[in-house]
Amino acid sequence: MGSLQYVRMVLWSFFGIRRRARADAELGRVKPLPLLLTAIVLAGVFVTLLLGAAHWAAAATPVRVDGSMAQRVQACTACHGAADRTTRQGYFPRIAGKPQGYLFQQLRHFRDGRREHAGMAHLLAQMPDAYLADIAAHFAALDAPPPVPTPPGPDGERGEALATRGDPIVGLPACVSCHGTALTGLAPAVPGLLGLPRDYLVAQIGAWKTGRRHATAPDCMATIAQRLSVEDIDAVSAWLASRPVPPGHAPAGRPDAGTPACGSTR
Amino acid sequence: MMMKHVIRGTLVVASLALAWSVAAVGLDLRGSRPLDDTPPPAADAALVARGAYLARAGNCVGCHTARGGTEYTGGRGIETPFGTVYAPNLTPDADTGLGTWTAAHFRRAMSDGRSRDGRLLSPAFPYPHFTHVTRGDNDALFAFLRSLPPVHAPNRASTLRFPFDTQLALAVWRAFYFRPGEAAPEPGRSAEWHRGRYLVDGLGHCAACHTTRDALGGPGFGGAPGGGLIPMENWYAPPLGGGDPASVAALLTGGASAHGTAMGPMAEVVFRSTAHLTKADVAAMVSYLKDLPAAPPPAPAGRADATVLGRGAKLYETHCADCHGADGRGAAPAFPPLAGNPSVTLGPATNVIQAISRGGFAPVTTMHPQPYGMPPFAGVLDEAELAAVATYVRQSWGNEAGAVSALDVLRTR
Repeated sequence: MGSLQYVRMVLWSFFGIRRRARADAELGRVKPLPLLLTAIVLAGVFVTLLLGAAHWAAAATPVRVDGSMAQRVQACTACHGAADRTTRQGYFPRIAGKPQGYLFQQLRHFRDGRREHAGMAHLLAQMPDAYLADIAAHFAALDAPPPVPTPPGPDGERGEALATRGDPIVGLPACVSCHGTALTGLAPAVPGLLGLPRDYLVAQIGAWKTGRRHATAPDCMATIAQRLSVEDIDAVSAWLASRPVPPGHAPAGRPDAGTPACGSTR
Repeated sequence: MMMKHVIRGTLVVASLALAWSVAAVGLDLRGSRPLDDTPPPAADAALVARGAYLARAGNCVGCHTARGGTEYTGGRGIETPFGTVYAPNLTPDADTGLGTWTAAHFRRAMSDGRSRDGRLLSPAFPYPHFTHVTRGDNDALFAFLRSLPPVHAPNRASTLRFPFDTQLALAVWRAFYFRPGEAAPEPGRSAEWHRGRYLVDGLGHCAACHTTRDALGGPGFGGAPGGGLIPMENWYAPPLGGGDPASVAALLTGGASAHGTAMGPMAEVVFRSTAHLTKADVAAMVSYLKDLPAAPPPAPAGRADATVLGRGAKLYETHCADCHGADGRGAAPAFPPLAGNPSVTLGPATNVIQAISRGGFAPVTTMHPQPYGMPPFAGVLDEAELAAVATYVRQSWGNEAGAVSALDVLRTR
């Protein structure tokens, strides 16, 4: 019996199905040792081929560059995901679906030092306005589900009053007077105030109050934050975070003439 | 007894005063050489445009503009190991800028490092390089600066520590490191090579970063651009020579080449300066750079521990392979290759650690108006993980650079 026949037998056995008569006929003639050796060698070849193919497939999978904005801005989405995220590095708000003009202004503020974040400043340092506008447009066009509202806290009434009517005694305008009657913002540059966690709102209003966050003059929010007491910041933030985001939560469109003349919107 | 002390004290004071005056005269503290009063050419539009181009080549705006500030109004702090020097206002404002300067003052500042009143300027202003700039180019630069709208922006005093804040210290520094005057032509070299040398060694002041600084902040090894750690920035400026000419040209013009992407301080240089240069000038720079000595091949580094490499390989597959490929070949210019990337395999691992921890976008250039960005991994990987993945990329696909330890990562961050 030739070695080729051993190979044929082993390969048939790999296949697993064979006509019984032929198998019995061959089985009568084989010596066990050569068969075993052939089987081991062939099994080795088979496994090597499989592993090689897998390795080749992994190594040869070319990196796909599709030219999409999503692929260009992976440096942004590594932190700013579909939802707000709190990590040991800090809090990363979701930026998807926020008004384009607002996002554009914030990118400029981070680049130029009116908002301080070392990581953001590093990423944006070598970007002219044109690319910042492209990035803002990309994220504004995305949609992200709003987070679940949280309880309004013990000062809910005060918070609601501040948000919807303001406080004429200390000269505080109502949130709704600039951020839209539904508080979902106004295109192109006024951000919505719903769907934001309480901690984020407290931190941002606090940053305006302490001067860590700026806009170009007139810096309306800085003026407003100066007049807010710590208790009021807490009350209004808690109340805003307790409001569900209405369906169709995109920022309301309004002619540019109606946008408040604050530095943050230009 | 008392008298003896008084006499001795007076003698000490007197000899110190004498030494100071000798030093002041000998080191020419007040600039005794006469100003070059040759009348500058008429500041027409062509001269101003030429000056604007030269200002790009020198990246004047890079230092003389605070973050988010008006261009050329100064205010950016240049951090040095001796304190911070704030770049002054270059607009023609009479009180705070160059309003009262003449072309002669400007020429002297560029070629001799002196302010309008003759006082020595800090070498944070790279006049040891600008001394190579021709009078004609200085006049063009001055005409351009005069054409800017004057802005009142008071200059900030430097925070240099004693004695580095004294004129005497600056004079001593000059005696060691400053050789005034334009570079002599080298026979047998082409006009293109000379133009390249003029841009690289003069206005471009490339070796201000691409050299090792000694303890006094002076360029070591006679100022040869053999690469060095940029003081206070924690990025390693690689040796200027030895690059593949086409890749160097692509990097200077577009910020990304087939071999790598400009990151950190070099991204800023490309963004504000080299991307705006003409093709001919970039070619000239490349023609000069290619003949500069390359870095000596690093000593063969020991292979890292197998467990570290295995850990690095796993992390690489999770976080890096999608863009840089399982084979480390990437997809340039969007995703730079890591195999054979000189920034990855440099002797010091500073740049690869910086790139992984802080991420960054390639600079925006006409060639790449919407560059790709690398995410920062400082918040995702701890020091040991970052060291493992950095070690893996430095020792895979034919790369044979040294391993990176968690301590290296901590030191760089």
